[in-house]
Amino acid sequence: MALKASTLKVGDSKTLVVVDDLTRTQIVMYAGAGGDYNPLHTDDKFTKEIAGYPGVFAHGMLTMGMTGRVITDWVGDGRITVYEVQFRVQVWPGDTLTATATVTNVYNEGGQDYADFDIVTLNQKDETVLIGKATAKIDA
Amino acid sequence: MAADRFPVEASHIMMFARSIGDPNPIYSDEEYAKKSETGGIIAPPTFPQASAQFDPDYVLRPKIGEPWFGSGKNATGVTAAPGGGGGGGGLHASQKFEFKRPIRAGDVLTVKAKPGNTWEKEGKKGGKLLFSEHIQEFFDQKGELVVTVTMVGVQTSKVVTEG
Repeated sequence: MALKASTLKVGDSKTLVVVDDLTRTQIVMYAGAGGDYNPLHTDDKFTKEIAGYPGVFAHGMLTMGMTGRVITDWVGDGRITVYEVQFRVQVWPGDTLTATATVTNVYNEGGQDYADFDIVTLNQKDETVLIGKATAKIDA
Repeated sequence: MAADRFPVEASHIMMFARSIGDPNPIYSDEEYAKKSETGGIIAPPTFPQASAQFDPDYVLRPKIGEPWFGSGKNATGVTAAPGGGGGGGGLHASQKFEFKRPIRAGDVLTVKAKPGNTWEKEGKKGGKLLFSEHIQEFFDQKGELVVTVTMVGVQTSKVVTEG
C-alpha cells in the first residue's frame, strides 16, 4: 500500500540487498530483455582483447533497474514521477549491491502529496556504484 | 534514432522484471494486477530502455547478415571496434526518467528523439571526457506524453576501470 504524507518523515530510510553475487547469466538476461547487446557486457573475449577491460561488466541500466526496487517496494506501484541516477563505478560479476533510499522532503503540490528520496547503492567493498534521486506520489 | 512504434507487451515486461531481479507480481500476474491500485500490469520504471528492441537502427543489436563487433572466430567481427577508446560506444554517465504516468501492458508508444547538449571535462585520472545528452519522449496511443528519458553518455580517451 502507498505511503502516507502524515506518517512519513524526512530521514526515514529503507535498505535492500538488490543483488547478491551478480551472475554473468543475469547480465545476459538483462541484455536479452533490454535489448542492449553491447559485447562489453556479455562477451569476455571481446571485452579483454579488444576493449581492454578486465572482463565483462553490468549495464549501468541493470544497476539502475535493480536499485529501483528499493523505491518501488516502499512507495507502491505506479507512483514514481522522477527516477534519476549517476553511475560512479562499474558493477562486475560477483558483486553484491545494497541500495538505500532516504526521504529528503515531504510536500504537497497542486493538491497532490509527494515525497523526494536520495538513493545510494554500494557494492560489497562499500564503494558507491550509483547515486540518485526519486520523487513519488504518496497519499495524504 | 528511436523506435517509431514500441508496443508494450506483458511478456516483455515479465522478462524485463526477471532480468532486474524484481519479483513484484504487478509486473507479471494479471489477476493480481487487476485487483491492485494500478488496475493492470505496469512496467518497472526503467522499462523505457527496452524500446531499443524496437529501434530499427539501434547500433548495439546485431543485424541479420551484417558484421557484428563482438567475438566469433576472432575477438571482434569488424576491423576497428566502434566507439573509440572506451570500446563499444563509450560509457553511461547518468540517466533520468520523468513520468506522467506508469507505462502499462497494452500501451503502444511512439518515441521521439530530441536534441541534447554536448560538453567536455578533464577526467580525474587524466584524459578528456566527452559527454553527450540524448533525450527521448514517449507518447501513448492517444498522443499524450508518458515519460521523458534523458541519457548522458561519456566517451573516454582511455579505458576506465575502478574509481
